[in-house]
Amino acid sequence: MAKEKVQPQIVDDRFSFANDKVELHDQKLETKSRGYFKDAFIRFTKNKASVVATIIIGIIILFAVIVPLVTPANVQSLMDPYYAKKGPRNTTFYAMGINGTKVDTYTDRTLTYEYAKGIAADFNEEKPVEVLEDSKKSYYQPVVNIEKTEQTMQGRTVSTIYTAAIDKYLSVGFKYIQIEQSKYQVIKDWENEHNLKVLYPLVAENQYSFGVGTDEAANYWYKTNDKCDPVKIVEGEPVLMPFSEKMVLEENYLRDSSGNFVFYKYTGGGSTETAQYKVRVLYYNYYRFMYGREPNYIFGTDSQGYSMIYRLATGVRLSLIVAVLVSLVNFIIGAIYGAIEGYYGGTTDLVMERISDILVEVPFVIVVTLFQLHFAAKVGSFVCLLFAYISTGWIGTASSVRTQFYRFKNQEYVLAARTLGASDRRIMWKHIFPNTLGTLITSSVLVIPGVIFSESMLSYLGIVKLGDATSTSLGTLLSDASQIWTSYPSLMIFPAIIISLLMICFNLFGNGLRDAFNPQLRGSDE
Amino acid sequence: MLKYVLKRLLLMLFTFFVIITICFFMIRLLPREMPQDKNLQAVIQARWDALGYNQPIIVQYGIYLRDIFTRFDFGTSWKISLMKPAAEVMGERILPTVIVNLYSLIFSIPLGIGLGIYAAIKKNKWQDHVISTIVILFVSVPSYVYAFLVQYIFYFKLRWVPTNVMYSLADAGGSYFTGKMFVSMILPILALSFGEIAGLCRFTRAELTETLTQDYMLLARTKGLTKSQATTRHALKNAMVPILPMIISSFIGILGGSMIIEQIFSIPGVGSLYIMSINQLDYDIFMLDSIFYTLIGLTAGIVVDISYGFIDPRIKMGQK
Repeated sequence: MAKEKVQPQIVDDRFSFANDKVELHDQKLETKSRGYFKDAFIRFTKNKASVVATIIIGIIILFAVIVPLVTPANVQSLMDPYYAKKGPRNTTFYAMGINGTKVDTYTDRTLTYEYAKGIAADFNEEKPVEVLEDSKKSYYQPVVNIEKTEQTMQGRTVSTIYTAAIDKYLSVGFKYIQIEQSKYQVIKDWENEHNLKVLYPLVAENQYSFGVGTDEAANYWYKTNDKCDPVKIVEGEPVLMPFSEKMVLEENYLRDSSGNFVFYKYTGGGSTETAQYKVRVLYYNYYRFMYGREPNYIFGTDSQGYSMIYRLATGVRLSLIVAVLVSLVNFIIGAIYGAIEGYYGGTTDLVMERISDILVEVPFVIVVTLFQLHFAAKVGSFVCLLFAYISTGWIGTASSVRTQFYRFKNQEYVLAARTLGASDRRIMWKHIFPNTLGTLITSSVLVIPGVIFSESMLSYLGIVKLGDATSTSLGTLLSDASQIWTSYPSLMIFPAIIISLLMICFNLFGNGLRDAFNPQLRGSDE
Repeated sequence: MLKYVLKRLLLMLFTFFVIITICFFMIRLLPREMPQDKNLQAVIQARWDALGYNQPIIVQYGIYLRDIFTRFDFGTSWKISLMKPAAEVMGERILPTVIVNLYSLIFSIPLGIGLGIYAAIKKNKWQDHVISTIVILFVSVPSYVYAFLVQYIFYFKLRWVPTNVMYSLADAGGSYFTGKMFVSMILPILALSFGEIAGLCRFTRAELTETLTQDYMLLARTKGLTKSQATTRHALKNAMVPILPMIISSFIGILGGSMIIEQIFSIPGVGSLYIMSINQLDYDIFMLDSIFYTLIGLTAGIVVDISYGFIDPRIKMGQK
């Protein structure tokens, strides 16, 4: 039954047009429009854990950028073998416990040896040796604190075991070094200018000296027996000195014929300028003379003697650069490969799928190893590692792009675009690809912690060797510490903390992104 | 079903063959090093000539394949243990890897699944939050960091275990199954387990929370089942469909082990053999190790796919 059209018959002039002579437009939206990314951002900020993780990542990145900028150039390249493997120390925070100390057990003999370094540092020509008790006030006294004193029986003799915290920087004590005569003068001038002592008298080599020829010889300035116990000479015979607070060690400095202390020994060289002198320096002050600063290493030093904070910063930087580069390149290759696969389908898809099926099954560690063995010598480890990651890393991205393309390519709006004459390329990138962006970004971010982890693992295992004099990777730091970390825990702790933080934060950040980009979760959190 | 399995197997063999071929050419193209000893050099050179190492690479490949199929000969170790067949060197190292990983799985599977179920049941309560936070920590922190932590705490600080690395075979009485050996394996087992427990727990929780909100759970409750009855009879069964294949793949994965854990605890396993073969450039061992790892990865993939069909009768394999 067809409906009859009812024509309104309005003749009444009480009616008039409501909007006569007014052009009508759509009203402007009062509220701000929300795009896909804006929406995702709002959802992301609601996830507290992810926000905190993002902030921590930001801080770590800032750390990696700022530390190399503020570290003076002479510290960046400074590798001091005597100050290697030391703990955190900073003179400003010295009282707060960042004092480079290490707690160990000591006997009478070894504790005296540590105290003696402080005593010798207070040397002056009028009073060469002070009472042990007085040396505790010395700035250069390595013994910071004696925590425990225990008596133990060893056989029939009672021996005392001290648990003491020793400043390992000051504990380096004195060293013999070779310098040129001109430098000797420079040090002398520097001493006067800063009112600090660098040069100390040489030690005699006689029946009372210990460790002659070893690196520690400069520290045995007091008379000892052949077991390194301190002795005093009574009527020409050495008598053992028991350890006490009041003890006064007997000095064994070298003197010339007129009885004065000897500060240098000529060891060779012709003219006055090039003449070589052997001198005995207090290493702490020699360091100050050399680098114009006290040895302040807030995170300690690494296994070779580089500043740990600088090495950490460069390590984080390198690891992040590798990770971000890999993630970016995988993103691009994966997107193109997956788009072609998914869009064209058919034989193209089948062939390309088979190729990626085979590539994905090659164990990653074998890929890295083969790349390293073949190309590391030619293009360097870093490039090799990047290529190894990229050669198989894009497959995951490609397959997720492919799935999305299969989902969207038969939708009506794609058909509409094709009817309007859009080219394949335009349909792929303008119409279908934006749908895959959310998942793609999430998976690209989640690649970063994976790369950081596997890089550190490969460096640790020694398959990849990334470290050199100017930079290092976190894995290399861990691998350097792996044999010795039980004696020097700080070498392991700092890189391990940073790497764990990075992993946790990137995972949280990635999870937050995934939740934010996944519209299925929309509304569920409210 | 059978057709699908056969098709998968054939594809797997093809992939395996291609990867092995690529690996073979990549490895054989590397320059070989001679030892310092002059007498040994002559002996090795003679062996290499006899084995055809100086012939064109394509001929070498033919010889390699022929030896594998006819004599199960995967080449010879030239560095790690001189002149010993590679298969034998490898064979000795499978057992320690498998034992350590097996212990770790026995320990971590019940714990991981149990914690996951508990967290799912207590969803959004404090127990769930605690477990989820710990799981995120343990999934993210690299396994070698736990390895150092357990070494430091249980050996260097508390002295609960007598050693921080695994005993060698001679130290522990000539067998991998002695009590002494087991004690020395506790630390690596712990280090391996943390990640496994956390991963399983997260997966179980996610799957179970999904099944718990399904409609059939509501039906089960309305027909009069208690919450625990409904959970064990319906939700758990359904949640296990993706969990079981994951466990199966872990069991295959134990053959491969973890290189870094083996290195840290000096376990004489497959992973440390791989590292040794790279460091000493023992190419035949390296090749065999590559074959081994590839095979494990491929087998795990295919077994998981097929197991879905057996575990869940609703899934018809090979259908689009």
